[in-house]
Amino acid sequence: MNEKSVTVDYVSRVEGQGALSIEISADGEVKEVQLKIFEPPKFFEAFLVGRKFDEVMELTSRICGVCPVAHQITALRAVENAMGITVSDQTRDLRKLFALSAHINSNVLNMYFFAVPDLLGCESAVAMIKDYPSIVRRGLKLKKLGNDLTDLIGGKAVHPVTAVVKGFTEVPSKKDLETFKKRFKEAKKGALETVDMFAKLQIPEFNRKCEHIALSNPNEYAINEGKLISTEGLDIEESAYRQYIMEKQVPYSYAKHSFVVGRDSFMVGPLARVNLNFNRLSEDAREAAKSVSSHKFPNFNPFVAHLARAIELVHDIDECIEIMDRLPLKDEDKTVKVKEGEGFAVTEAPRGLLYHHYKINRDGIVTEADIVTPTAHNVNNLEKDLRHLVPKFPHLPSEEIALKCEMLVRAYDPCISCSTHFLKVDIRKDER
Amino acid sequence: MGNKPKPKIAVFKFTGCAGCQMEILHLEEEMLQILDAFDISYWMMVKSHNLKGPYDISLIEGSVSTPREIREIKEIRARTKMLVALGDCAVTGCIPSIKNWFPQRELEKKVYPDASVIFSTKIYGIDEYVQVDVYLKGCPPHRNMILELLKGYLLGIRPFIRPHCVCVECKLRENSCLITIKNRPCMGPVTNAGCGALCPTVNRDCEGCYGPMSSPNSSALAETFRKIDLQKDDIVRKFRKYAGTTPDFRKEAEGE
Repeated sequence: MNEKSVTVDYVSRVEGQGALSIEISADGEVKEVQLKIFEPPKFFEAFLVGRKFDEVMELTSRICGVCPVAHQITALRAVENAMGITVSDQTRDLRKLFALSAHINSNVLNMYFFAVPDLLGCESAVAMIKDYPSIVRRGLKLKKLGNDLTDLIGGKAVHPVTAVVKGFTEVPSKKDLETFKKRFKEAKKGALETVDMFAKLQIPEFNRKCEHIALSNPNEYAINEGKLISTEGLDIEESAYRQYIMEKQVPYSYAKHSFVVGRDSFMVGPLARVNLNFNRLSEDAREAAKSVSSHKFPNFNPFVAHLARAIELVHDIDECIEIMDRLPLKDEDKTVKVKEGEGFAVTEAPRGLLYHHYKINRDGIVTEADIVTPTAHNVNNLEKDLRHLVPKFPHLPSEEIALKCEMLVRAYDPCISCSTHFLKVDIRKDER
Repeated sequence: MGNKPKPKIAVFKFTGCAGCQMEILHLEEEMLQILDAFDISYWMMVKSHNLKGPYDISLIEGSVSTPREIREIKEIRARTKMLVALGDCAVTGCIPSIKNWFPQRELEKKVYPDASVIFSTKIYGIDEYVQVDVYLKGCPPHRNMILELLKGYLLGIRPFIRPHCVCVECKLRENSCLITIKNRPCMGPVTNAGCGALCPTVNRDCEGCYGPMSSPNSSALAETFRKIDLQKDDIVRKFRKYAGTTPDFRKEAEGE
């Protein structure tokens, strides 16, 4: 066998601009695996300094058009923590509903438009229309469900406008939510069909035990707040994040890689959440998961992340209906007293843990900002998975190895736009 | 359409957040009809088989911020009949252009310990480097504006590009004026319409996310802000946000 190099210059069907490069020696040994991010850096942490506390959610929203809701909620909670502001139960609930609407939209996008085409042997969802029209239609309908709810709560789905420090500038009407409740109840069938679809679709047999980290909260399926727990016994408050999770620079790519202090890389996202918080999923979501005979939880096959997204979709719909039922939808006082302080917040964005940290001075101006996104957390672990995946089929032609690797990348659902204010990017080859 | 070949569309991402691409994807109800009327030749976020062109329409999301992007936008221009700046980043540089006010090296060192490998230029809209045929303003442009553009292309008519300010839409919605009634620093009078006065309608000041309207009177609005007790730094932040590098907002964004 000859030496082989597998390169994918621009990984498709993910958000943002990344490339893959893999070197395999003549005896089948994987010499090098690099996920190179050539997405241009955007310097958010630098230019947030000097901006006002009440613009932080608006500015950081623009880090990512796929998960603006997650950035807004995390920014708002970090700023509120810095200024000692607590929010009402209504705001807490409405934020959860807001976050879940975005999870539905983003997870459906990944499942139906990024991932399923590979598993059905198509180059895109566009190419699926001819042979699998009902699947495409179901995907579009489910995506619209989440999207329309984000529209309703936030004013618009991409970079919403109503979520502000201490609450919402306007809350939806009871009548509007009633209409949505009906649509959500109808959509449940589509969610269960999604679980069924991923239970049947063939995925690569690939297990690698690694640490999974997720937020956890005894009272609910944690999305917007909780402690950080892991499959290796991590159990910490969000404010202690930086004592336990660090980044290191790696010589071959200048990419900072996240790791747990004293341990290794880790995975965040839907699979970690389902593994760690299985018992807090809705009853129907748990039942749906248990009915799948091909995959059991906890599960350490990263390709099972697709199924985890489908199970979460069932849960998300259930919890949305629950919240809609109990929301009082009153107008609330949103007056804020500016206070100097330091605040941290960790939430579950659709792709996993999202960390924001700010220092705010007595005039309400940001003096320091630190943001670590889910993709930033995952990229180290994703590279390690790739290293273990490639040796499973060194004799396949390069294109097929590349496809398998791309499928793994898509299972992580990286959001590369999000990741480029912390990644130390090896862009030398691309730039000359 | 008969046997006429479908127009070829390409979607490219430059320095941006993918929000404008998401806004296209949010046309869920119309998506199957769009795919019926157009060929998607190039769209990395959606397809694995992407073609080199030529394209009838190229939608560009994002600003230009690296030497590679300068080269690429010129190449795309050469292969494109109708080049569309899709959203504020492509039109004005948007939020990431706030970095233009920091010294480049200081900025790079703040985020990247080894700044020697970073190749980042000041952020500008794409018309700094190539001729643009259509500007779709907004962060992101409302999906209906994207739909209108595509329909217009099929019919061979100009899409309705709004030149007026948000105030016009606010009046149509019968909102009371946030500036004159509540003394709030609303950017509506200088901001391009297209959102349907969304923010004032949900009780929030317009922050200017559609960028400058055609010929705004920015200095008059800055003067109004001073009268309702905004400090100089507050006014600078208002204008140094979505379109600080444009000639329309630059003076106020500089704090002059």
